[in-house]
This record gives sequence, structure tokens and C-alpha cells, in this order.
Amino acid sequence: MNQAREIQLENYVLVVKKDCPTCTLIEPVILSLAKNKSLSLKIYVQDDPSFPANLDGVIDDSSLEYSYQADIEVVPTLIRLNDAQSEESRIYGWDKKQWQSFTRIEELGAELIDFKPGCGSKTQDPGMSEVLALRFGKQILQARAVELAEAEDIMEACYDRGWSDGLPVVPPTPLRVMRMLSGSERDAAEIVGKVPPDNVPCTIEKIAINAVMAGCKPEYFPVVIASVEAALQDRFCMHGLLCTTYFSSPVMVVNGPITKQIGMNSGVNALGQGNRANATIGRALQLIIRNVGGGVPGGIDRANMGNPGKYTYCFAEDESDENWLSLASDRGFERNDSVISLFAGDGLQPILDQQSRTPQSLMKSMALSLRSVAHTKLFGMADAILIVCPEHRRVFREGGWNKEDLRKALHEELMTPGTEVIRGANDIAEGMPVKFKNKMLNKFRDDGLHIVTTGGTAGMFSAIIGGWVASGERGSQLTSQKI
Amino acid sequence: MQSTTILLDPTAELQTAARQLLPRLKSIAGATVGLLDISKPRGKEFLDEVQKHLEEAGAKVKRYSKPTFTRVAPTELTQKISVECDAVIEGLAD
Repeated sequence: MNQAREIQLENYVLVVKKDCPTCTLIEPVILSLAKNKSLSLKIYVQDDPSFPANLDGVIDDSSLEYSYQADIEVVPTLIRLNDAQSEESRIYGWDKKQWQSFTRIEELGAELIDFKPGCGSKTQDPGMSEVLALRFGKQILQARAVELAEAEDIMEACYDRGWSDGLPVVPPTPLRVMRMLSGSERDAAEIVGKVPPDNVPCTIEKIAINAVMAGCKPEYFPVVIASVEAALQDRFCMHGLLCTTYFSSPVMVVNGPITKQIGMNSGVNALGQGNRANATIGRALQLIIRNVGGGVPGGIDRANMGNPGKYTYCFAEDESDENWLSLASDRGFERNDSVISLFAGDGLQPILDQQSRTPQSLMKSMALSLRSVAHTKLFGMADAILIVCPEHRRVFREGGWNKEDLRKALHEELMTPGTEVIRGANDIAEGMPVKFKNKMLNKFRDDGLHIVTTGGTAGMFSAIIGGWVASGERGSQLTSQKI
Repeated sequence: MQSTTILLDPTAELQTAARQLLPRLKSIAGATVGLLDISKPRGKEFLDEVQKHLEEAGAKVKRYSKPTFTRVAPTELTQKISVECDAVIEGLAD
């Protein structure tokens, strides 16, 4: 063949699939283009290489490799190549005039209707983009591949390698990890920080692997990343919290629009089982501490009992009352910010009060219960979260109190003469050092009592999450991170 | 279909990817060591000798046997050994 003539040929690439009515509509157009000696046409078919009928040389792209590399979104797509054989421009769907001018063939498809939109490329099928990225894309997964023996049960294999908190984990296959990574814009190789106790650099990818194992959906992933970022802040003191013989562990409160977007529970049974987002976001951080940080019970984790929240302890705040400040608002964020706050806390202590109908009575009821945090004679040691249930919040609101009124009243109510709580007082050896005998003490240090609302609308049951006895600057402080 | 499954390591990769052995005993002295006879002929002679050496090293020895060498040990037996012993040696024969 004459080389000069070959260079003058217009080169086109067409991507089609048989299962697309627009592609079948333009079958005569494809045949006429294929037979046209003044141009060169490569045809890729995504589903059935016998389409278009009676045409040789059609390229089977059922692996979708070409379609993926060429970033095809719609079929049919017609691409014109330049002399260097790279893309010059493309059109998609069927628009008769557009095809005629694009190919410079005036009568092309004259017998067909003027316009018919195309269909989605098979590369756009649900879940396909990560499959193709794994198969044909840039290698972004860096974690060590663990190959299981043929006889190994996948679930048992995860236990055998020590990756589980005791409950089954979702096996972290490369595809699942790719899908988790798609839940965030962050680069898989980005290092978020060093995870205690081993102080190991933790990548977004390692967070994704553990989020998969915890059972997270990709849409939860930004919350999980933020939880890790919060946990790694110095003020949260994750290392000490992990090592302590005390009960505490991270408790997570999530605020803002993301709680609704990902379906977190801030209503009935908010601190209980049954909501996937609540359950798995809290669990993901625990698995990261275990697997990336190396913090395992009986190893660096020295808790004498621990608490059930060490599996997972995460809930959303009920922000339905716009006149009642949320925890995130207390920490300086806006209502439309999504924020996760980590608190070093332990179990749940109920405050049952079905009789109080005035803010004053209910506040005193709560204050009395709050004295029990850690020990009724220990003051200023452990922070706490007071969870005001919706019905109790209503009592305060109807009595004209807002959250700040409650906070101030609790502070005053919890002022206590040292003489009542020093060691030996009330015939109990435990208590505050005797040097506090003549001082007025508060149960909580400044910024040591956090108030949130969650739970169902029936039940006059508020609750206390007691904090770590190393609260404050010497230990852990509530840490909020924007999501 | 792939015959092998690949999982991505969720850990800091500070240890080998292979399954880890349980921690080894720091010393045999004072430990209770179980000797499990798998019930093949002459297992007893072999394990008697092992027991002698273990006792000389200061171990307390407990003897067990499987009902038959053809099958894995019954769960009750493995649980009994794990409760009563710090380590176990499974005794072959032939």
C-alpha cells in the first residue's frame, strides 16, 4: 500500500455494545463506515463480537480493557484519532448531523431518525469501575498480599492471623479495599499519622483495609478517616488510653449532615445494636488500633476489665432542636459542618427521672447521678458526657432553659466542700487528698462535662458516659475533627 | 475462577505474613507438659522415654491418648489438654 495515501486516511475508533438500542439502530451506519475506503475504522464491541452482523475484524472488548483505557462512558462512542494515533475528539450517542459533520460524509445514515441518545458503557455498570481499575489501572494498592492456602476457610483465616476483635471480619479482598477507597478523594498512599502503641505510619489504604473488615460501606469512609485523625491528635492521648488499666476507650459522637446522609442512628436505641454505620465506624477505629498499631488486649492494652464499647462505641447526636446547641456547636463548628468527636469513656450509667417537670428538679437529679462518675468522692479526675434524652431536653426547653443554662446550673450544683469528700470522710478511705479539706471542689474540671442529646422520643432516661480518670491535659481531652 | 484467595494485610507488616506460632515456653522447668499418644503401636515406649527426659528437666508430665490414630483428637480431649497443660507433645510411633 502507498504510504503517503495511508497517512491521509482519517482514523476512527468506534465503541459499541449489542445490548444498546442506539448501537443496533446505527448498525447500517457502522457497516457503511467499515466499507468506506476513505477512512480507517476500528470497532470495539463490549458484549458480543458477532455484532455488527456480517462484519469481519470487530475487536472483542468484553474484557473492557480498551473501553476502560479510553474512558468510554456512553455507547456508541466514535473517536477521531490524529496523525499520532491519539484522540483528537469524540462524539457519542446518535445525532445524525453531528455524525455527518464528524465523519465528513454528507449522506451518512440518511435513512435513520435524527437523534437517539446512547446507553451507558459497560464500564459504568455498578461496581465495575473498581474491578477495571484493579485489572487495568495504575497499581495503587501497596499493602502486602496475603495468599490463602486453598483449603483455608476465608473467615477462619482472618481469625488465625489475629486480625479480628473476636467477631467475624469482612475479608479484605483487593476489590473491597478499592471500593472502600472510592469513598474518599484521599490518596491511598497518604500517611495520616502514626498509630500507637507501635507508632506505625498509617496510610489511607490501611485505614480502608480495616474499614472493610469492620463492615463499613465506602460512604462511611470519610468518617472513619476523620476518627483516625482525631484519635492521633496529641490531645486525645490514644497511646495512654490504650495502655490504661482503666475501662476507657474511644467513644465517638458524630454531628452534622453526614449523619443523615449515611443513615446513622440518633434515635431509638442509638447506643445499641442494629445500625450498620454506628456499629462499623466505631469498630473500624478499634481494628486500626489493633492491627496497625499493634494494640492487643493483654499486650499493650492492659485494661483490667475493659468495657463492651471496646468493640464499637459510636452514635450520632439528635440535632432536631435548633435552639439546643449540639456538641459540635459547643466545639466551635457550624451546624452544617460534619464533625466527629472522640471522648475517652467507658460504659453507660442511666439517669432515670420520670417525675421532674421543672428544669431545676431535673438538673439536681442529673447532678446527683453525675457524682457517681469514677467514685462519688473523686473530683476533677474523670470527665463525662451527659446524654440528655429528648424527653428530658423537652423539660428543660419548656421550662425556658437552654443548654448553657443547664451547664451553668450543673456546675454550681456540683460545687462541694472538700471536707465531705477527702480521704476518710464518711468512713471511706478513698477520696480526695486531705490538702483539699478547706477548698470548694467541683466534680468536673473546666471543660470536663460534655452534654449531648440522642435517643428515642419515649422514655425519661438520660445517661452518663464516664470518662477516663486521666482526663484533661495530663491525659485525654475530647477531640473533634471535621469530616 | 481463581483457586487462591488474596487478602490485603491489615497490619503494620512488622511480622511475616505466615500464620504465627503460639508463644513458646520460656522454660520447661515447672511447666506441665502433656504427652498425647496417637495410639499407634509402640507409642508408649517412645513417650515413656520422652517423659523421663522431661521430668529430668523439671517438668510435670501428664499422659493422654487418642482413641484411634486414624482421626483427629476428639474436641473433649483437646480441651482437656489445653486446660491441664502448658504445652503438649504429640507422640508418633512406628
